[in-house]
Amino acid sequence: MSLTSLTVHGAREMLRNKEISAVELTRAFFERIHALNPRLNIYLTLNEVEALAQAAAADVRIAAGEDTPVLGVPIAIKDVLSTIGLRTTAGSKILEHYVPTWDATSIARLRTAGAVFLGKVNCDEFAMGSSTENSAYGPTRNPWDETRVPGGSSGGSAAAVAADLCCAAIGTDTGGSVRQPAAMCGITGLKNSYGRVSRYGLIAFGSSLDSVGPLTKDARDAALLLSVMAGNDPLDSTSVHVPVASPEVALHKNLNGLRIGVPREYFIDGMQPEVVAAVRAAIDQLVSLGATVREISLPNTSLGLPVYYLIAPAEVSANLSRFDGVRYGLRVQGTDLIDTYKKTRGAGFGPEVKRRIMLGTYALSAGYYDAYYIRAQKVRTLIKQDFEAALQEVDVIAAPVTPTTAFKIGENVNDPIKMYLEDVFTLPLSLSGFCGLSVPCGFDQQGLPIGLQLMGPAFGEATILSVAHAYQQTTDWHMQKPDLAVGS
Amino acid sequence: MALSESDVERIAHLARLELTADEKIRYAQQLSAILDYAAQLSQINVDGIAPTASVLSVRSVMREGDLVSGELPRKDALANAPKTDGASFEVQGTFADAD
Repeated sequence: MSLTSLTVHGAREMLRNKEISAVELTRAFFERIHALNPRLNIYLTLNEVEALAQAAAADVRIAAGEDTPVLGVPIAIKDVLSTIGLRTTAGSKILEHYVPTWDATSIARLRTAGAVFLGKVNCDEFAMGSSTENSAYGPTRNPWDETRVPGGSSGGSAAAVAADLCCAAIGTDTGGSVRQPAAMCGITGLKNSYGRVSRYGLIAFGSSLDSVGPLTKDARDAALLLSVMAGNDPLDSTSVHVPVASPEVALHKNLNGLRIGVPREYFIDGMQPEVVAAVRAAIDQLVSLGATVREISLPNTSLGLPVYYLIAPAEVSANLSRFDGVRYGLRVQGTDLIDTYKKTRGAGFGPEVKRRIMLGTYALSAGYYDAYYIRAQKVRTLIKQDFEAALQEVDVIAAPVTPTTAFKIGENVNDPIKMYLEDVFTLPLSLSGFCGLSVPCGFDQQGLPIGLQLMGPAFGEATILSVAHAYQQTTDWHMQKPDLAVGS
Repeated sequence: MALSESDVERIAHLARLELTADEKIRYAQQLSAILDYAAQLSQINVDGIAPTASVLSVRSVMREGDLVSGELPRKDALANAPKTDGASFEVQGTFADAD
């Protein structure tokens, strides 16, 4: 087994036992990144010098007997999370030369725990998209089929994990941006409950929806990274004080008597039959491990998409007003200040970001606010109530992550609604603020990965992680690797 | 809901976005299609339903003994500015003849 295929816990074990050094491990990743990144377009900024210094520092701490879940472990970071001294573009031309002067809290916690930051990875511009094609720096390619998208918006994070260009990656999920690319790249992705991980230093997209979460090679790694990043932060008033279960606790639940609900609204016309079959087989596997299963209903599922595409753009239009060419980023000088704002934003933002700013501005404008924005917030309440009611009757909800496997680059770019429909099974949970994850559960006939979505209550990460872990103890879908001939 | 190009121009002005002629045509079509799709929400009975602005039940709290700490040094605040005089951000005048 090569060093770059190591999980976080696998790497930690070898580092703890002094079988490898963090420097050696970090060098192995950079060697593979230099070989594969020109093809896959995953890393936008490499942190090679600093990463080797972080690795050397971790080796000193390891030699002194110190132990943390990520000490000396190389990870990749989505380019919407602020990293001190390391360029952070948000996938946008407007921040092409932006170098943060502080760390996001989630990143600061990983840094303190001794993780090694390999670099910043590609994503849809400001995390708005489902394919990474909205990046101003070109699409990332799916390691399983380089003519296809890796999903999005955390497509670079998911592809980096799938291609063994990191031990694990950090992403963000606003409407499915961790779960959907994880499914399309055949890896594990955890969307934390809203408030579980601080949003401080995450470049804001939809502030009532944004969450920071891990993309990993297995559920155990997701639990480990969560344990480092989670917890209240005085710098984010929406981060909660709810304690997070230790990975040992999170992963040692027995599935006997676990009640799984399967929502009928998540199996719809037009879905790829292989996705349905793989998800049904995965649910059968959970039953064979002791769980019970029943059909449930989340009746407002189909409203998730229209609700999300009013609420998220409304928040976008407010959050992205800060990019005005005054304090940071691009400035394109106009005839007066207003003209400078317009020219700067017109030149700096890409098509999808402009589309959402326009949509949000319209939904919040006088005369339309009640009809669009407030009504969407009321229907959001109904969607949240669906999940609350269902999770009174079952412990976990199991469903597909996406209606299809990864689509071709360019296939959906001219049809926004078709692209938005890729997120139809991830948006409702995001609107509820509850937690969910994606685990690999099979492949279609073209060899493209399929994901199983497990959804749980707010702050119920330990439950869904334990189910995912039990599933991965008895299946090997998560161990499959794409064939990426290197150095040929 | 069909948006005209002049609707798009009005929204773009509110959003402080300069759009090309092509973009105005494209966004008029695409935003109309998205708003048509969103119109299905008007069919939903939301009588007596409270809007959800935040999924958290917690309310904002004031911190006790809130001491100023971790303030951003001036050089860090200015580090990414397109134009500064070394002590402040430089921009055009807010009013037409303020320069």
